[in-house]
Amino acid sequence: MAPRTDAPRRSWWRQNQQRVAPWLFLAPGILMFTVYVLWPIVDSLWLSFFDWDGLGTREWVGTANYAELFDDDAFYTSLKNNVIWLVLYMLAPPAGLAIAIFLNQNVTGIRIYKSLFFFPFVISQVVVGLMFSWFYAPNFGLFYNLIEWLTGTGVAVLADERFVTYGIIVAGLWPQIAYCMILYLTGLNNIAPEQVEAARLDGARGWRMLWHVILPQLRPATFIAVVVTVIGALRSFDLVSIMTNGGPYGTSRVLSFYMYEQALSEYGYRMGYGAAIAAVLFAIMMIFISGFIWKMVRDEREGY
Amino acid sequence: MSVVTRTSLALLMAGAALTAPAAAQQRTLVFNTDASDPAPKAAFDQLVADFEAANPDVKVTINTFDHEGYKTAIRNFLTADAPDLANWYAGNRMAPFVEAGQFEDISDIWASENMSETLKSAEASMTIDGKQWGVPYTYYQWGIYYNKSLFAEHGVEVPTTWEQFIAACAKFKAAEIDCTTTGTSQLWPGAGWFDYMNLRTNGYDFHMALTNGEIPWTDDRVRATFTEWAKLIEPGYLTANHAALDWQDAMPLLVQGKAATYLMGNFIVAPLKEAGMTDETLGFFPFPEITPGVPRAEDAPTDTVHIPIGAKNKEDARKFLAFMASAEAQTKINAILLQLPVNNQSEVVADPFLQQGFEMLSTASALAQFFDRDAPPEMAKAGMEGFQEFMVKPENVDRILERLETARARIYN
Repeated sequence: MAPRTDAPRRSWWRQNQQRVAPWLFLAPGILMFTVYVLWPIVDSLWLSFFDWDGLGTREWVGTANYAELFDDDAFYTSLKNNVIWLVLYMLAPPAGLAIAIFLNQNVTGIRIYKSLFFFPFVISQVVVGLMFSWFYAPNFGLFYNLIEWLTGTGVAVLADERFVTYGIIVAGLWPQIAYCMILYLTGLNNIAPEQVEAARLDGARGWRMLWHVILPQLRPATFIAVVVTVIGALRSFDLVSIMTNGGPYGTSRVLSFYMYEQALSEYGYRMGYGAAIAAVLFAIMMIFISGFIWKMVRDEREGY
Repeated sequence: MSVVTRTSLALLMAGAALTAPAAAQQRTLVFNTDASDPAPKAAFDQLVADFEAANPDVKVTINTFDHEGYKTAIRNFLTADAPDLANWYAGNRMAPFVEAGQFEDISDIWASENMSETLKSAEASMTIDGKQWGVPYTYYQWGIYYNKSLFAEHGVEVPTTWEQFIAACAKFKAAEIDCTTTGTSQLWPGAGWFDYMNLRTNGYDFHMALTNGEIPWTDDRVRATFTEWAKLIEPGYLTANHAALDWQDAMPLLVQGKAATYLMGNFIVAPLKEAGMTDETLGFFPFPEITPGVPRAEDAPTDTVHIPIGAKNKEDARKFLAFMASAEAQTKINAILLQLPVNNQSEVVADPFLQQGFEMLSTASALAQFFDRDAPPEMAKAGMEGFQEFMVKPENVDRILERLETARARIYN
């Protein structure tokens, strides 16, 4: 097979190499992103205007799914729970920071303590959920018996609509704090010792040292910790599913779980309605995501 | 080079063409089941072995799915990669698949195998639009399982009326024993309670009309059901915290004598016996009468096998269903399942609970499937959530019924 001479094509390539090459490198990424991210988003949004059980024919219902959603008690319960999740999950970064500072010392065996604190993040969320359900379980659960011993009557956290969401959030915070801790531990490793030394010479200590010298240097770690915590709170699905299945009578639902229930669970298969819930969750997430992106772009321009 | 490759390719293809007819003589059937528990798995293995022995030219491959996961998996495999046979449930539970044209109409083998005679009790629940869409192979009774030792210890007789039952509950309550236990975290055990409260208060026809969406949930007769039910819940005769318990989690209470009764399907007998109860300590009685004169109807869920519309070997699949419908096959698999055969020529295994259940069901005026099989899926979900809430907070009854009525208006319209 002798190579064919193809002068005009080669020269086109030579002329446009600079412009085309970046796109060629981007092409696999763009293709994947379009097929696995953009297209599903557009398709879900489109689906939210239909009534479809996943088997039969799709029926166009316009905005009826959204109209029903805004008149649906279960939707507002889920939305309220999502807000509670978001607010309480914000405890994870400061708690993680506190543990990280506590563990950031040179004592024999500190690595063991660090790994023990990191342990909850390593085990699966499903295992965390199961462990906490046993912890709260009426009659034999440790927490139930503790409360019974203290007050005389046990509280079945996961069967009580007043406590159930908080009970699940506590289970979720346990690994989330560990995650934030590890982010801060790596951050603390990168603190410039000269600055700390200089600050010490200037008489800074305690809170002032933390607030004015350490924290500013931990900004990248804080940013990541907040981002993963917000996302963790919004996509809280596994724990709800494992621990309560949304119960008792739907009071511990969050949006992602309600979407799953409506679209994919045993008695659901309202694909359109599920897609409408997904669209609302997507809109809420977009507020945070665009905020983060905006901040990242700004930081990059300013050269942080 | 290329000549050699081409020749060898051609040879390979010729070889494939030659061997293909030979392979086709061994026909195959793919059977997707949700039989992930030991007894159902053994029963299907037995059924398939017997079928293969009778039809040596057919090889059956069983794909076993996890029991809960199957309920979602079936929707995917029916459309994407249909097997030749698939498990499912009777009643309204199969309606979505029938309406979407996913199940094969098998009225022909119902007629040719005389199934309307032999499987008579299940015919109505297998029929939609005057056609039959599957073959039932097993069913089981629901009723009240009780701790005999506790009844003897507290001098309680087996109640036959609701008043007697409530009176017995008062005795147990005084002794700090839960009169009846359940675990509603998976919702459906609460539906068993509603079914029986409504069947006994208003009767079968009313119950069916309600699950078919023909009667408003705010109807006074539905309220009457909940008023009777409240007599059990308001005084605290039902295990507290049942909403946090799985149905299995509540079983130890019955075994350890902390609860006296448990309304459940007959599948509870096997695990209770494993946990140490025997025929001497575990008893069964039918759900007591509430409104005098209402004909006794029972919950008896039926499990079925269907041919998906996309099946590749429908001819042998029909053969398999005909085989499964036979008296001998049903006797054999139900002896393993410890459940009741649907075929009325089959024999019921010599187990006191099954004998009692069989007696109870054959004298019942009518058989309901179960709330989540009689009502359409969405209504089932909304209903079961309402029942759970009522069993925790009976004072919310008005709000619950109004919510169910809103759901009914939307779902059945």
